[in-house]
Amino acid sequence: MIDNSMLRPVDILLVEDNPADIRLTREALKENKMANNLSVVVDGIEAMNYLRKKGKYAKATKPDIIFLDLNLPKKDGREVLAELKQDKDLKRIPIVILTSSQAEEDILKTYNLHANCYITKPVDFDQFLKVVQSVEDFWLTIVKLPPD
Amino acid sequence: MNNYSQRPIEILLVEDNPGDVRLTREALKEYKMANKLHVVGDGEQAIAFLHKSGAYANKPRPDVILLDLNLPKKDGREVLAEIKEDDLLKQIPVVILTMSQLEEDILTSYDLHANCYITKPLDIAQFIHVVKTIEDFWFSIVKLPVK
Repeated sequence: MIDNSMLRPVDILLVEDNPADIRLTREALKENKMANNLSVVVDGIEAMNYLRKKGKYAKATKPDIIFLDLNLPKKDGREVLAELKQDKDLKRIPIVILTSSQAEEDILKTYNLHANCYITKPVDFDQFLKVVQSVEDFWLTIVKLPPD
Repeated sequence: MNNYSQRPIEILLVEDNPGDVRLTREALKEYKMANKLHVVGDGEQAIAFLHKSGAYANKPRPDVILLDLNLPKKDGREVLAEIKEDDLLKQIPVVILTMSQLEEDILTSYDLHANCYITKPLDIAQFIHVVKTIEDFWFSIVKLPVK
Protein backbone atom coordinates (compact mmCIF):
# COMPACT_ATOMS: atom_id res chain seq x y z
CA MET A 1 0.00 0.00 0.00
CA ILE A 2 2.80 2.37 0.80
CA ASP A 3 5.68 0.87 -1.05
CA ASN A 4 8.10 2.61 -3.34
CA SER A 5 8.75 0.19 -6.06
CA MET A 6 5.87 -1.45 -7.76
CA LEU A 7 7.63 -0.86 -11.05
CA ARG A 8 11.19 -1.96 -10.55
CA PRO A 9 13.34 -3.67 -7.94
CA VAL A 10 14.99 -1.54 -5.24
CA ASP A 11 18.73 -1.19 -5.90
CA ILE A 12 20.80 -1.58 -2.76
CA LEU A 13 24.53 -0.97 -2.48
CA LEU A 14 26.20 -2.78 0.40
CA VAL A 15 29.66 -1.52 1.36
CA GLU A 16 31.06 -4.27 3.55
CA ASP A 17 34.36 -6.13 3.76
CA ASN A 18 33.31 -9.00 6.00
CA PRO A 19 32.25 -12.02 3.86
CA ALA A 20 30.02 -13.48 6.58
CA ASP A 21 28.13 -10.21 6.98
CA ILE A 22 27.71 -9.97 3.21
CA ARG A 23 26.28 -13.46 3.12
CA LEU A 24 23.86 -12.82 5.96
CA THR A 25 22.67 -9.56 4.44
CA ARG A 26 22.12 -11.30 1.12
CA GLU A 27 20.11 -14.06 2.82
CA ALA A 28 17.97 -11.58 4.71
CA LEU A 29 17.28 -9.67 1.49
CA LYS A 30 16.28 -12.79 -0.40
CA GLU A 31 13.48 -13.34 2.08
CA ASN A 32 12.23 -9.77 1.76
CA LYS A 33 8.90 -9.36 0.06
CA MET A 34 10.09 -6.45 -2.04
CA ALA A 35 12.02 -7.19 -5.20
CA ASN A 36 15.56 -5.96 -4.77
CA ASN A 37 19.01 -6.04 -6.36
CA LEU A 38 21.98 -6.20 -4.04
CA SER A 39 25.35 -4.94 -5.25
CA VAL A 40 28.36 -5.37 -3.01
CA VAL A 41 31.67 -3.49 -2.84
CA VAL A 42 34.28 -4.32 -0.25
CA ASP A 43 36.15 -1.09 0.40
CA GLY A 44 35.65 2.66 0.46
CA ILE A 45 37.47 3.40 -2.79
CA GLU A 46 35.36 0.83 -4.65
CA ALA A 47 32.26 2.41 -3.13
CA MET A 48 33.18 5.84 -4.49
CA ASN A 49 34.08 4.38 -7.91
CA TYR A 50 30.76 2.55 -8.01
CA LEU A 51 28.77 5.66 -7.12
CA ARG A 52 30.69 7.87 -9.53
CA LYS A 53 30.48 5.18 -12.25
CA LYS A 54 34.21 5.06 -12.74
CA GLY A 55 36.13 2.33 -14.59
CA LYS A 56 34.40 -1.03 -14.43
CA TYR A 57 31.38 0.59 -12.78
CA ALA A 58 30.52 2.73 -15.81
CA LYS A 59 27.21 0.92 -16.15
CA ALA A 60 26.39 0.69 -12.46
CA THR A 61 22.92 1.91 -11.50
CA LYS A 62 22.58 4.63 -8.90
CA PRO A 63 21.43 2.83 -5.75
CA ASP A 64 18.18 3.68 -4.02
CA ILE A 65 19.80 3.11 -0.65
CA ILE A 66 23.29 2.41 0.72
CA PHE A 67 24.22 0.13 3.62
CA LEU A 68 27.61 1.34 4.80
CA ASP A 69 30.05 -0.27 7.22
CA LEU A 70 32.36 2.15 9.06
CA ASN A 71 35.60 0.21 9.33
CA LEU A 72 36.63 -0.47 5.77
CA PRO A 73 39.90 -1.01 3.93
CA LYS A 74 41.48 1.71 1.75
CA LYS A 75 38.94 4.42 2.49
CA ASP A 76 37.15 4.53 5.78
CA GLY A 77 33.33 4.48 5.95
CA ARG A 78 33.33 7.84 7.73
CA GLU A 79 35.17 9.41 4.79
CA VAL A 80 32.80 7.77 2.31
CA LEU A 81 29.83 9.12 4.27
CA ALA A 82 31.27 12.64 4.44
CA GLU A 83 32.02 12.69 0.70
CA LEU A 84 28.60 11.40 -0.28
CA LYS A 85 26.69 13.81 1.95
CA GLN A 86 28.58 16.77 0.49
CA ASP A 87 28.01 15.67 -3.11
CA LYS A 88 24.98 17.41 -4.55
CA ASP A 89 24.23 14.52 -6.92
CA LEU A 90 24.55 11.78 -4.33
CA LYS A 91 23.62 13.29 -0.96
CA ARG A 92 19.96 12.43 -1.23
CA ILE A 93 20.60 8.69 -1.28
CA PRO A 94 19.74 7.37 2.19
CA ILE A 95 22.73 5.87 3.98
CA VAL A 96 22.16 3.30 6.70
CA ILE A 97 25.27 2.82 8.81
CA LEU A 98 25.56 -0.88 9.61
CA THR A 99 28.56 -1.48 11.80
CA SER A 100 29.99 -3.45 14.70
CA SER A 101 31.01 -0.24 16.42
CA GLN A 102 29.03 0.79 19.47
CA ALA A 103 31.29 3.74 20.24
CA GLU A 104 29.27 6.81 21.21
CA GLU A 105 31.71 8.92 19.26
CA ASP A 106 30.98 7.00 16.05
CA ILE A 107 27.23 7.34 16.56
CA LEU A 108 27.37 11.07 17.17
CA LYS A 109 29.90 11.74 14.42
CA THR A 110 27.98 9.84 11.75
CA TYR A 111 24.72 11.64 12.57
CA ASN A 112 26.60 14.92 12.34
CA LEU A 113 27.81 13.84 8.91
CA HIS A 114 24.13 13.30 7.99
CA ALA A 115 23.95 9.53 8.07
CA ASN A 116 20.26 8.69 7.77
CA CYS A 117 20.42 6.17 10.59
CA TYR A 118 22.93 4.20 12.63
CA ILE A 119 22.56 0.52 13.36
CA THR A 120 24.84 -1.76 15.33
CA LYS A 121 25.22 -5.26 13.92
CA PRO A 122 24.34 -7.84 16.54
CA VAL A 123 26.98 -10.53 16.99
CA ASP A 124 24.34 -13.25 17.22
CA PHE A 125 23.41 -14.75 13.85
CA ASP A 126 19.62 -14.78 14.31
CA GLN A 127 19.63 -11.30 15.77
CA PHE A 128 21.67 -10.08 12.82
CA LEU A 129 19.10 -11.46 10.36
CA LYS A 130 16.29 -9.92 12.35
CA VAL A 131 17.93 -6.50 12.36
CA VAL A 132 18.68 -6.58 8.63
CA GLN A 133 15.09 -7.59 7.98
CA SER A 134 13.80 -4.71 10.10
CA VAL A 135 16.04 -2.30 8.20
CA GLU A 136 14.68 -3.58 4.92
CA ASP A 137 11.07 -3.55 6.02
CA PHE A 138 11.38 -0.01 7.23
CA TRP A 139 13.34 1.47 4.32
CA LEU A 140 11.76 -0.53 1.53
CA THR A 141 8.12 -0.52 2.55
CA ILE A 142 7.40 2.33 4.99
CA VAL A 143 9.76 5.05 3.81
CA LYS A 144 9.41 6.95 0.56
CA LEU A 145 12.83 6.73 -1.04
CA PRO A 146 13.95 9.59 -3.28
CA PRO A 147 12.64 9.11 -6.81
CA ASP A 148 15.06 8.95 -9.75
CA MET B 1 19.46 -3.32 21.09
CA ASN B 2 17.58 -0.47 22.61
CA ASN B 3 18.96 2.86 23.65
CA TYR B 4 16.89 3.89 26.60
CA SER B 5 16.48 1.56 29.49
CA GLN B 6 16.94 4.41 31.94
CA ARG B 7 14.58 7.16 30.89
CA PRO B 8 11.65 7.69 28.54
CA ILE B 9 12.29 8.55 24.91
CA GLU B 10 11.49 12.20 24.25
CA ILE B 11 9.64 12.75 20.99
CA LEU B 12 8.82 16.11 19.47
CA LEU B 13 5.86 16.03 17.10
CA VAL B 14 5.48 19.12 14.90
CA GLU B 15 1.96 18.83 13.53
CA ASP B 16 -0.95 21.21 13.12
CA ASN B 17 -3.67 18.69 12.37
CA PRO B 18 -5.43 17.70 15.65
CA GLY B 19 -6.62 14.39 14.19
CA ASP B 20 -3.07 13.36 13.29
CA VAL B 21 -1.81 14.47 16.71
CA ARG B 22 -4.43 12.31 18.37
CA LEU B 23 -3.67 9.24 16.28
CA THR B 24 0.07 9.60 16.86
CA ARG B 25 -0.53 9.91 20.59
CA GLU B 26 -2.69 6.77 20.59
CA ALA B 27 -0.13 4.76 18.68
CA LEU B 28 2.60 5.88 21.09
CA LYS B 29 0.56 5.03 24.20
CA GLU B 30 0.42 1.43 23.15
CA TYR B 31 4.12 1.31 22.54
CA LYS B 32 6.26 -1.03 24.62
CA MET B 33 8.93 1.52 25.49
CA ALA B 34 8.35 4.44 27.83
CA ASN B 35 8.10 7.65 25.85
CA LYS B 36 7.02 11.24 26.23
CA LEU B 37 5.34 13.02 23.38
CA HIS B 38 5.69 16.79 23.09
CA VAL B 39 3.52 18.48 20.50
CA VAL B 40 3.87 21.87 18.85
CA GLY B 41 1.50 23.14 16.18
CA ASP B 42 3.67 25.32 13.99
CA GLY B 43 7.22 25.79 12.75
CA GLU B 44 8.03 28.80 14.92
CA GLN B 45 7.06 26.90 18.05
CA ALA B 46 9.19 23.97 16.89
CA ILE B 47 12.28 26.15 16.64
CA ALA B 48 11.47 27.81 20.00
CA PHE B 49 11.09 24.35 21.60
CA LEU B 50 14.43 23.19 20.21
CA HIS B 51 16.20 26.35 21.34
CA LYS B 52 14.42 26.22 24.72
CA SER B 53 13.29 29.78 24.34
CA GLY B 54 10.47 31.45 26.25
CA ALA B 55 7.81 29.02 27.42
CA TYR B 56 10.03 26.07 26.40
CA ALA B 57 12.93 26.87 28.75
CA ASN B 58 12.47 23.67 30.75
CA LYS B 59 11.69 21.33 27.87
CA PRO B 60 14.03 18.43 27.18
CA ARG B 61 16.02 18.00 24.02
CA PRO B 62 14.08 15.49 21.89
CA ASP B 63 15.60 12.16 20.86
CA VAL B 64 13.63 12.13 17.62
CA ILE B 65 11.57 14.75 15.76
CA LEU B 66 8.46 13.88 13.74
CA LEU B 67 7.99 16.80 11.35
CA ASP B 68 5.09 17.66 9.09
CA LEU B 69 5.95 19.73 6.00
CA ASN B 70 2.97 22.00 5.59
CA LEU B 71 2.80 24.02 8.78
CA PRO B 72 1.58 27.47 9.79
CA LYS B 73 3.97 30.37 10.39
CA LYS B 74 7.18 28.59 9.51
CA ASP B 75 7.13 25.84 6.95
CA GLY B 76 8.42 22.34 7.77
CA ARG B 77 11.06 22.64 5.03
CA GLU B 78 12.48 25.73 6.70
CA VAL B 79 12.41 24.04 10.10
CA LEU B 80 14.26 21.05 8.62
CA ALA B 81 16.89 23.25 6.97
CA GLU B 82 17.49 25.16 10.22
CA ILE B 83 17.85 22.01 12.30
CA LYS B 84 20.25 20.37 9.86
CA GLU B 85 22.46 23.46 9.62
CA ASP B 86 22.67 23.89 13.39
CA ASP B 87 25.71 22.14 14.89
CA LEU B 88 23.91 21.60 18.18
CA LEU B 89 20.73 20.16 16.67
CA LYS B 90 21.63 18.46 13.40
CA GLN B 91 22.38 15.09 15.00
CA ILE B 92 18.74 14.67 16.11
CA PRO B 93 16.99 12.35 13.64
CA VAL B 94 14.16 14.08 11.77
CA VAL B 95 11.41 11.86 10.37
CA ILE B 96 9.29 13.72 7.81
CA LEU B 97 5.66 12.63 8.28
CA THR B 98 3.45 14.34 5.76
CA MET B 99 0.47 14.03 3.44
CA SER B 100 2.58 15.19 0.54
CA GLN B 101 3.55 12.61 -2.06
CA LEU B 102 5.15 15.17 -4.34
CA GLU B 103 8.46 14.05 -5.78
CA GLU B 104 9.78 17.55 -5.26
CA ASP B 105 9.02 17.41 -1.54
CA ILE B 106 10.67 14.01 -1.21
CA LEU B 107 13.82 15.16 -3.03
CA THR B 108 14.05 18.51 -1.26
CA SER B 109 13.66 16.86 2.13
CA TYR B 110 16.45 14.33 1.48
CA ASP B 111 18.65 17.09 0.05
CA LEU B 112 18.11 19.03 3.27
CA HIS B 113 19.22 15.90 5.17
CA ALA B 114 15.92 14.64 6.48
CA ASN B 115 16.68 11.24 8.00
CA CYS B 116 13.69 9.67 6.29
CA TYR B 117 10.50 10.64 4.50
CA ILE B 118 7.17 8.98 5.22
CA THR B 119 3.79 9.65 3.68
CA LYS B 120 0.86 9.53 6.09
CA PRO B 121 -1.73 7.00 4.98
CA LEU B 122 -5.30 8.30 4.90
CA ASP B 123 -6.66 5.12 6.42
CA ILE B 124 -6.63 5.27 10.24
CA ALA B 125 -5.50 1.68 10.84
CA GLN B 126 -2.70 2.16 8.31
CA PHE B 127 -1.73 5.44 9.92
CA ILE B 128 -1.38 3.78 13.32
CA HIS B 129 0.58 0.92 11.75
CA VAL B 130 2.99 3.35 10.15
CA VAL B 131 3.53 5.30 13.39
CA LYS B 132 4.15 2.04 15.26
CA THR B 133 6.64 0.91 12.64
CA ILE B 134 8.46 4.23 12.95
CA GLU B 135 8.65 3.70 16.70
CA ASP B 136 9.86 0.13 16.43
CA PHE B 137 12.53 1.08 13.97
CA TRP B 138 13.85 4.27 15.56
CA PHE B 139 13.58 3.20 19.20
CA SER B 140 14.53 -0.45 19.18
CA ILE B 141 16.60 -1.05 16.04
CA VAL B 142 18.45 2.22 15.48
CA LYS B 143 21.13 3.59 17.78
CA LEU B 144 20.19 7.17 18.52
CA PRO B 145 22.83 9.76 19.33
CA VAL B 146 23.58 10.01 23.02
CA LYS B 147 22.79 13.37 24.53
